[in-house]
Amino acid sequence: MFRLFRYLRGYVRESIIAPLFKMLEASFELFVPLVMANIIDVGIKNGDTAYIWRQCAVLIFLGVFGFGCSITAQYFAAKASMGLGTGLRRDLFHHIHGFSYTELDQIGTPTLVTRLSSDVNQVQTGVNLLLRLFMRSPFIVVGAVVMAFAISPGMTVIFLAAVLLMALAIFLIVKITVPIYKKAQNTLDRVMLLTRENYVGARVVRAFSRQEDEKKEFAGANDLLKGIQQKAGRISALMNPVTYVLVNLAIIAILLQGGVQVDTGMLTQGEVIALVNYMNQILVALIALANLIITASKAWASAARVNEVFDTPSTMKEGERQVKEKEEAPAVSFSHVNFTYARAGAPSLTDISFKAEKGETIGVIGGTGSGKTTLVSLIPRFYDTTGGEVCVSGVNVKEYPFRQLRRKIGMVPQKAVLFAGSIRDNMKWSREDVSDQEIWEALEIAQAREFVEKKDGLDEQIAPGGRNLSGGQRQRLTIARALAGKPEILILDDSASALDFATDAALRRAIREKTRGCTVFLVSQRVSTVQQADKILVLDDGALAGVGTHRELFRNCEVYREICLSQLSKEEVAAL
Amino acid sequence: MKRQKEAAQKETLKRILGLIRPYWWMAALILLFAVITVAATLYGPILIGQGVDLIIGQGNVDFAGLRSLILQFLLMIAVTGISQWLMSLMTNRITYQVVRDMRVQAFNRMEELPLKYMDNHQPGDALSRIITDVEQFSDGLLMGFTQLFTGVLTIVGTLCFMLTLDLATTVLVVCLTPLSFFVAGFIAKRTYTMFKLQSETRSEMTSLVEEMVGNEKIVQAFSYEERAEERFAGINERLRVCGIRALFFSSLTNPATRFINGLVYAGVGVLGALKAITGTISVGDLSAFLTYANQYTKPFNEISGVVTELQNALACAQRLFAFIDEPPVTPDDDDAVVLEKGKGRVEFDQVGFSYDPKVPLIENLNLKVEPGQRIAIVGPTGCGKTTLINLLMRFYDVNTGTLKIDGTPIGHITRNSLRANFGMVLQETWLKAGTIHENIAYGRPDASREEVVEAAKRVHAHSFISRLPQGYDTVIAEDGGNISQGQKQLLCIARVMLMHPPILILDEATSSIDTRTEMKVQRAFEELMRGRTSFIVAHRLSTVRNADRILVMKDGKIIESGRHEELLEQNGFYKQLYESQFAATV
Repeated sequence: MFRLFRYLRGYVRESIIAPLFKMLEASFELFVPLVMANIIDVGIKNGDTAYIWRQCAVLIFLGVFGFGCSITAQYFAAKASMGLGTGLRRDLFHHIHGFSYTELDQIGTPTLVTRLSSDVNQVQTGVNLLLRLFMRSPFIVVGAVVMAFAISPGMTVIFLAAVLLMALAIFLIVKITVPIYKKAQNTLDRVMLLTRENYVGARVVRAFSRQEDEKKEFAGANDLLKGIQQKAGRISALMNPVTYVLVNLAIIAILLQGGVQVDTGMLTQGEVIALVNYMNQILVALIALANLIITASKAWASAARVNEVFDTPSTMKEGERQVKEKEEAPAVSFSHVNFTYARAGAPSLTDISFKAEKGETIGVIGGTGSGKTTLVSLIPRFYDTTGGEVCVSGVNVKEYPFRQLRRKIGMVPQKAVLFAGSIRDNMKWSREDVSDQEIWEALEIAQAREFVEKKDGLDEQIAPGGRNLSGGQRQRLTIARALAGKPEILILDDSASALDFATDAALRRAIREKTRGCTVFLVSQRVSTVQQADKILVLDDGALAGVGTHRELFRNCEVYREICLSQLSKEEVAAL
Repeated sequence: MKRQKEAAQKETLKRILGLIRPYWWMAALILLFAVITVAATLYGPILIGQGVDLIIGQGNVDFAGLRSLILQFLLMIAVTGISQWLMSLMTNRITYQVVRDMRVQAFNRMEELPLKYMDNHQPGDALSRIITDVEQFSDGLLMGFTQLFTGVLTIVGTLCFMLTLDLATTVLVVCLTPLSFFVAGFIAKRTYTMFKLQSETRSEMTSLVEEMVGNEKIVQAFSYEERAEERFAGINERLRVCGIRALFFSSLTNPATRFINGLVYAGVGVLGALKAITGTISVGDLSAFLTYANQYTKPFNEISGVVTELQNALACAQRLFAFIDEPPVTPDDDDAVVLEKGKGRVEFDQVGFSYDPKVPLIENLNLKVEPGQRIAIVGPTGCGKTTLINLLMRFYDVNTGTLKIDGTPIGHITRNSLRANFGMVLQETWLKAGTIHENIAYGRPDASREEVVEAAKRVHAHSFISRLPQGYDTVIAEDGGNISQGQKQLLCIARVMLMHPPILILDEATSSIDTRTEMKVQRAFEELMRGRTSFIVAHRLSTVRNADRILVMKDGKIIESGRHEELLEQNGFYKQLYESQFAATV
């Protein structure tokens, strides 16, 4: 948490002024009971009306100044904490962009999103409260005790004991309930899970006629939740009565002790009233402090989560200057590439070597987990090899600046993700200056022209997550998005899975015909998809089981033949 | 318009009262304890004041009086403490109980909703109603109500107690306090628009972050980082500016009310002191007045906060009730028959169906399927293949014509017994978060371990299950992260295998299963289909070739039907489809 205070650096003035003025306000507030005591002891006793009016002016003066201080403090606190939040968000967002896929895999993007949004907000709120209240409440508590001491040293014991007991009670109640609330949260997660599960799986639940059982299970989970919540409620319900009782017992003690001291003339009646008021001020301040501690501990946890992100350095350094590509070299070449995912025991790729010449179509086939996606991820340097080297246009990918390398490559990932905005906005992802005509050409190749025309054309708005499009339409648009940048290398990572076979075939034909000169990587599990490639890489458990054309491989490669036999008809196999 | 809204709110309130009715005695006790708490709390300052009046000065302290007063005070503290505690205890109880009731009601309705509703609404919608709305409702309405009630009581009570002390001072307090009310209201109104702006900007930022960071890999693949940061910086700056204003203005409420309070305090102090000089009131009365002056504004501020919360809670309740009021599926006819496990003869007679009356889909579908036949359904995406499943399982009702199973129209069969005749394996593998055993036994929760293992063995799932650390007791995580897609599919098949249904509905996976598992799944399907009528949405050639009949669908109509060879000979749409799949070899 304290580390994040460096974001207050630009707000040093604000972060000092805010708590300072808060303390000033608090000290004004501490004077009020004293003034009132004077009114009673001097004004009323002597019947001095003028004195009373003067003291009243003092009270109003205290109020006005307190208010002024408070406004100043609130403003500076708001400014400082929002400034901290803004800077923190900016840097965190930037830092995340520096992560390579390795870090992204390790941390996971959903948690990055929560850290960037709700955690930063928590920190921001926490800092704001801290600036405003963290000084104020303890100051009032201590100040009130000191004032009590000044009025009557004999009363200090009562005050100290009351503060101690109340703080202890509040602390215990918070300490006991927090874990119970946490447990309640977990149970609530289960209630949520059951709800989602039953909604998404409605067909299966009904197919097996399990509705009644599901209802019972849900009611059971809710009863459990109710039980936990009520338990937590029983304890936190003690908070108000306990503090109430404690503070009033203390007041009784003040009255008793006060009676004795007034009787001996050590204390005045007005001072007794002032002491009672101080006790009440302490209670209010302690409760505020308890709430503050709860918020602060949340902010603390959030800050730790944010710091975790900052503490994760990027494992990848990009090349510093533009590299000169070699005209004659193959588009992509792997030589003795090994790759092991961070923290994984076994390598995902072992000793991969191949060359893809310019304009060639390379098929990549193999079962799930055989390393197909990993292999193509190394081309745009999403990961660094753990051995051997990957070259694009004859230059090691590690020497490229990211931008230069990735501009050359059009990537179509497995998961078809589009972004909120128009289709045109989405098509401009690779380059900002893509013309409408280029977009239409790309859509044509991707077999998307027809449905885009049927909609609002390029201005058609895409709902977040592309919900207004079918899976197949999304996939075709992601293909078009990659094509629109006119890449030298196009990578299709199993990206036609939602297309029916007719569209899939048409797509492959169009890519073959209309992107001459472009090196295409086709990753698939379907033989029919890669069959026509100039070269097929057969992956088996991370190793290259064979490289060659469909015919060659069918004859020489055991793994490839096995895949073919499982997918093709006897006639087709026989035709080979 | 406004009247309508009011009427709707009234209706909602009535239903909320209906929810509380079973716990009316608790609600009544809460009100009672609230009255006691407020009265006792308010009596406190008077007792303290009386105590102060017994301590007048040197040698002028009435110890005997003080002692008896303190006994009274102790009693009062005990009463307040206990009734305050009981009050929050009961409020908690009733709140969580009502929350539970509402959730269970909503969930039960969800289980009865027609599939049509679920297909057209995001699960997030139902989730936010059942979880978030209920929570906000309980926080706002139930807690808010007690706050409102005690708040009003405190105001009225304070007024009464003050009147017993002194009229003029009371009038002063009453005249000054609304000031604080107005100031709080003014601030609340100003902050509302600022908060709205802030939360809009914030959600704008969250969606950008979700998109960009959520898809960070794509952002990097397209070197979009800088453009993303530019967009982010723009929103971030706007958020900073409106955030400062929202934060600043909202944090003014406390100081402003404290300030007004201070003024009231000073006013009461002066007036009280002047009166004390003339002897109209005692110093103790003055101290009681001062305490009241401090407390009096608090309920006002709370009430102004509670009112918005109550409105919000009402809106949440309305949303929830709207969900509960969704019409459920029409119940089974009274004379609906229970269909025993039959032979598996299926007959479509002049069936017509469409999701949207404006867009006709299936028209005049006639089809007879004999027991044990294997029907493959093929066609381009969106041609209505899954619609057939929806109709067979009666997830949707046919619009015209009849669909018969073993000669009985399915409209006259109880849904449960109808569905017991079907075994369904869908492409989207749905498993419950639970153990493997529970999942396989999903259709027959009473199945023994032996039966479950037997079913798993028959679909070739036993070997991978036994390799898992806890075997059949391995818990499948919500996203099924610990087992592969293909393995999930095997579990879904085993789940059906345990049921021995006469008719099968299978939706073949298009991809994403590795070859070896796929072969296992294929073998499992074969095993499952033996001797059963089966409908298969086919993506694989071998399936089509082994089918007794292929239905070629296009735009919701069956345009060709027959065996593989026959269809190829027809040289129609099927041939086109078939060839395009292997276009590369042509």
